[in-house]
Amino acid sequence: MDSVKIKAIDREGVEHMIEAPVDMNLNLMEALKGSGLDVKATCGGMALCSTCHVYILTDHSLAEPTEDEEDMLDSAFLVEDNSRLGCQLRIESDMDGLVVQLAPDGD
Amino acid sequence: MIKTDILIIGAGPTGLFAVFEAGLLRLRCHLIDSLPQAGGQLAEIYPKKPIYDIPGMPEVLAGDLVDGLMKQAAPFKPGFTLGERAETLEKTEDGQFLVITNKGTVHSAPVVAIAGGLGSFEPRKPPLGNIADFEDKGVSYMVKNPEDYRDKRVVIAGGGDSALDWAIYLADVASEVTLVHRREGFRAAVDSVEKARALDKEGKIRLLTSAQVTGLSGNGRLETVLINHKKKGGIELETDFFIPLFGLIPKLGPIADWGLDIKDNAIRVDTFDYSTNVPGIYAIGDINTYPGKLKLILCGFHEATLMCQSAYKRINPDKKVSFKYTTVSGIEGF
Repeated sequence: MDSVKIKAIDREGVEHMIEAPVDMNLNLMEALKGSGLDVKATCGGMALCSTCHVYILTDHSLAEPTEDEEDMLDSAFLVEDNSRLGCQLRIESDMDGLVVQLAPDGD
Repeated sequence: MIKTDILIIGAGPTGLFAVFEAGLLRLRCHLIDSLPQAGGQLAEIYPKKPIYDIPGMPEVLAGDLVDGLMKQAAPFKPGFTLGERAETLEKTEDGQFLVITNKGTVHSAPVVAIAGGLGSFEPRKPPLGNIADFEDKGVSYMVKNPEDYRDKRVVIAGGGDSALDWAIYLADVASEVTLVHRREGFRAAVDSVEKARALDKEGKIRLLTSAQVTGLSGNGRLETVLINHKKKGGIELETDFFIPLFGLIPKLGPIADWGLDIKDNAIRVDTFDYSTNVPGIYAIGDINTYPGKLKLILCGFHEATLMCQSAYKRINPDKKVSFKYTTVSGIEGF
């Protein structure tokens, strides 16, 4: 599979179907931002700002968060068990059908 | 009053490189930055992280890149106003721009280059619906004067160094300190964590881990924070103060009110010279936008270089631009 389809729900509850190539070494933050979703990604994908905080709504098995990602989730708000930083999730072919929701943004 | 040729708002990589390019054209620069040190995001957010897309530098630590840019700018003796945020901008009758910071420092220059990145760094505010209603009425995003909390009840939220350090400090000041954090582990310095756990055992502070603040209530003034605990569920905690400490995030801030053409938190520029809709004001680096814009450090360097050429013509309308190859003439400082 050359690309995967991911459903992203923005902060207004609007659903967006995005298609992300699997051979570009992209991460979920880049795929969301590239599709026009409002992800700040202040730090450029280094797990340093938590502005790409998302909730994973499907039961896809994803790589476990690293200690860096857990640390950075500390500065996010309303963190749940299904919280992840988009920048730490590499787009892989087994992500097809993934549904994610952008977490509320601290003002 | 501080006078200069090009007043640069923002001392990140783009602003620092503009000092060098301006210096080659014999223009002096002064930089204003809200952070206490130069380097912008590179120094504040990721000094120890490697950057791989600087031409000719296969791998460089962000902090080292800042050091290099400072060294490169040094011959041109830039001035700095650090730890102050550029607040107001106005044009005087003689065509100069006056920029005043939040601490009242006055700067004057014929050209202003905004190199403010994503804006100035401000405390991150939790997305709790009514939090703005309680600002300065029990909610504050930083500890300005610890004495404000003497013999009061304080709830701090966060898991980093500032949250732990203040919880420890206020243990002897406040009547009651509760630290709310989303998980068991902390990302703060090990001895701070140990100290906080010891104080918790002694009953001097209360660590409420695996918990998050989900709401605030009060009548005109904060009275209660609502906490969701993973195992115990909802907890209502009466308090006098709530101090959320979740780090800093850049915001465009007062620049938005300077009469510039702004689209999606960025300043629209002409790619001919990165000038804005206000003659004499330029915007370079991550803070500008134009068709095809990429927010990359190397693009900021290019924009800074072209901006300086245009600024030179503006400041010296009768002179021809003295473009120089540094390979021929070397660097001649001030």
